[in-house]
Parts: sequence; structure tokens; C-alpha cells
Amino acid sequence: MIRINCPYCGERDHNEFSYGGDATINYPSLDASEKEWTEAIFFRKNIKGFQFETWHHSNGCRMWLVVERSTVTHEIKSVKPCHPDLQKVVKNNK
Amino acid sequence: MTKFNAWNVIKNGLNGQSYWTRQWRDPEPKSSYDVVIIGGGLHGLATAYYLAKNHNIKNVAVLEKGWIGGGNAGRNTTIVRSNYMMPGNHEFYEHSLKLWENLSHELNYNVMFSQRAHVSLFHSPGAKDSVSRIYNIMRLHGTDAELWDLKTLKKKIPHLNYHNSRFPILGAAVQKRAGNARHDAVAWGYARAADTLGVDILQNCEVTGFTRKNGNIESIQTSRGIIKGKKIGFAVAGNTSVLWQMAELGNLPIESHKLQAFVSEAVKPLLDQVVVYGVGGAHFYISQSDKGSMVFGGDLDWYKSYAQRGNLPMVQDVAEAAMAIFPSLGRIRLLRHWAGVMDMTMDGSFFICKTPISNLYLNAGWNYGGFKASPASGWYFADLIANESPHNYVQNHNLERFEKGINIDERGAGPDPKLHG
Repeated sequence: MIRINCPYCGERDHNEFSYGGDATINYPSLDASEKEWTEAIFFRKNIKGFQFETWHHSNGCRMWLVVERSTVTHEIKSVKPCHPDLQKVVKNNK
Repeated sequence: MTKFNAWNVIKNGLNGQSYWTRQWRDPEPKSSYDVVIIGGGLHGLATAYYLAKNHNIKNVAVLEKGWIGGGNAGRNTTIVRSNYMMPGNHEFYEHSLKLWENLSHELNYNVMFSQRAHVSLFHSPGAKDSVSRIYNIMRLHGTDAELWDLKTLKKKIPHLNYHNSRFPILGAAVQKRAGNARHDAVAWGYARAADTLGVDILQNCEVTGFTRKNGNIESIQTSRGIIKGKKIGFAVAGNTSVLWQMAELGNLPIESHKLQAFVSEAVKPLLDQVVVYGVGGAHFYISQSDKGSMVFGGDLDWYKSYAQRGNLPMVQDVAEAAMAIFPSLGRIRLLRHWAGVMDMTMDGSFFICKTPISNLYLNAGWNYGGFKASPASGWYFADLIANESPHNYVQNHNLERFEKGINIDERGAGPDPKLHG
């Protein structure tokens, strides 16, 4: 089991989360070329080693997270919210 | 290499089995080859075999970083079928099944191919309609396909759970010519047959880099020295992206995911077919090996990984699916489970194509389905390398299909590799 330290909820088993994908994709502008869009949608670095990836805490707070994880050892280096501003809102509401 | 036949079996039986020769040589790498195939799995070995057999290109090396049969060749559930509907795919997999039917004779090696029928259960009228469409398409293309109603199914497989009220079994889509084979024997059979035709199989030979000259790859740096190749083929499944970036070619429409498989202790004959159960979030397939073990598997682990080991949530998932459909397995003990690294593509279909480097050819993207594809994969990859243009069946199985908008998406799941199970 991978343990993911959710910044909102604390450390939880990974089966509370769903895997999103590569967190480093920058989608091009709407009028960008077909080639740029093809690259962004279909082509991946598929890193062997540490990568930034998104996870959704779907059976928890339902927030999206950016996780830095090794695709070889599954070790996690860091977990951050995808949208830090949302974290402030959540804190202020507590 | 001693041929396997009745005469040699009797002769060696009388001589204390002392005259058998080794199955394939262990040669030192030559400095250059006409074709170098990187990856000594089923696809790489089959490619080398058909290059020598069909195209008379015999100065071929297969580079394997580990040992023959140690990668995904030994990490699968050995199912062979051809129930595909997309143009290109159904012709390709049907040809593969035809090659399977004669493979033991072709290789002079018993691959224990058993056409025991592939039985895919359906549980709702919608699922029946959907699978009927696919199986009708198969029939129109000359592949065998049929539907079993509940009565037939109960007679053939009486011990499924027919009392599941959430997912009642309504019948099954069946391909009778499908079945399974002995995975190790396929790897060894292709290795032995390719070696006999003059192919060098170089084990413990890991690729560490490429030297480029005039746009081409001139030579390959390996853990056993520098090897030159006039033409080079990649057939490394889950590690394709790593080699692709080693050749400085950028990104690929591939993500590496791991898929687990399981094998139980041996039991008396229990199941004569390959059974597939797929509903909602569950996916489960099972058959019984000739030794008696139940061999089964389920979904990917749902997150990208190069690790050849599985995680526990999927073990639980698969066990639950097993109990839902096969309650009689409840007390059976698991002997072992393993995970293979799958090259999941953006549309669930494979690549047999040319690359931006003119002497480099790509064979990759086999998703869940690499085992059954291996004979045809070798056949058409060898054809591409020898003739330098793709056969009609694989003309759209290239890297340009995404930009052109002609994805070959059997499942209609969209550009998310983990969904193409």
C-alpha cells in the first residue's frame, strides 16, 4: 500500500485516492496548432524515476493533489494541493 | 540442436537422456549484425525467427537485458483469443490465432496450445447487445464467434455463481478456437527455433546508449560491448519510453502500468474453459493450467509504475471478483502472484511502425494483450523491417494516427492509458 499524506486530511492509504496522471502537462492555447494539441493530449514522458503526478482524494476530501512519487520504488517525496488557494479557503472556514 | 521426434525420444530413452543438445547457443556478441532486435521477449524472439524464416535475414541478434522468459513472457495469464472488432486489429489477431494453431509444429516445440474456448460472461441486456455486435463483426470477417444462452452455459460450466442477484449471468459470448498456451514453452520454442536458423540470442546484454551518425543509429552500447546494427528494432514493452528517450526521440503515446496475475495451488480438473467476468468496476479472468493451478488476473493497479511487483488493493479486488463468480474457490490457497510492466497506449492499440530514425523500427504498445499477439507481432514486425513498408493490417498502427484522428480505440475509453484494459 502506498501512503499519501493529504494536506487536507492527513496520511491515508492510496486506495482512498484515484490516480490522475502527469501533472506537468501544459495545455496549449485554444488556437494552437494540431501538433501542439496532439503532443499535450496523447504524448507522455513516461518517466522512470521521480515524477510529478496528480491524485484525486476521491474517497476523502475530493481535492486534487500533486504528488512527487518514484515510479520505480513508489516512494513519495512531496504532496501538495493542486490549487493552494482552495487550501486557504478550507482553513479559513474551519 | 536435437530435433524433438518419436525416434529421438526413444533413442534418448534408451541412452539415459544423454544425447540431447542445449536448446540454444550462448554466443559472444559479434561486432555487427544486419538486424539487432532489442528485447528478448516473445515479440523480439518471434521477430528474429520470422526474419530468418520468412525473409532469409539470418545475421540477426536479439539483445535481452535479463534472461529469456524472465520479463513479461513469464508474467501473463497465457490467454489466446482474437475477439477484436476494429479494422486492422481483427485481421491481425485472427492471423495470430491461426499461427498459434500450428505453432507447436512450426517450432518443433510443444507450446501446449489448448483451444478450450474463451467464455466472456454478460450480465445485462445492454452488455449482450454490445457483445453481440462485436461477435457479429468477428463472424463477418470469418472468425468463429457464438453466443451461449443460460441453459448451454449452465451445462458447460455448472459451478459458476448463477444466484448473483446484483449481476445475474444472462449468457456468454464465446470464441471456441480461443484458449491458452504454456508461456515459457513459447519463449523457449521461439528462442530455439530462431537460434537454429542462425540468430544470436544474447542474454544479460542490457542496452545503455546509442551512437548516432548521419541521423541513423550507428551502434548500440551494451553491457556486453558495442554492437553495430544496420537495422534496429525495439521490442521492449513497458520499457519502450526509456529506450525511446535514450535515442533522444522525445515522448511517446505510452504510459507504463503494472498488471498483476495470480496462480493458486494445483487442484483436480475444475474448469475446462477460459472464463471472463467483467461488470462495473470488476474485471476478472481465469483458467486452469495443465498442472491444475488456477491462473487468474484482473485490472491494472491504476497508477503508473515500472515496478515488477503488485500492490495489495488489487489483490483484494481480484479475490472479491473471484468469490462473486466462482464461490467454490473460497478455500483455495494462492501460491504466488506477480506483476508485469505493461506499455499502455493512448487508444489501447499497438504500434508496429517506422520511427523518425530511418534505421529504427518500433514494436510496442501491447497493453494487456501482448501474449496472444506475439506470433503475428513477430510476423508483421519482421515484414516491416525486411520490406521497409508496413503490411495493410498494420498500416495505421503507427505514431501518426493520433494527430490524424484515426485512433484504434477498441474500448472507446479515450486518451487515458490506464482505462484500456
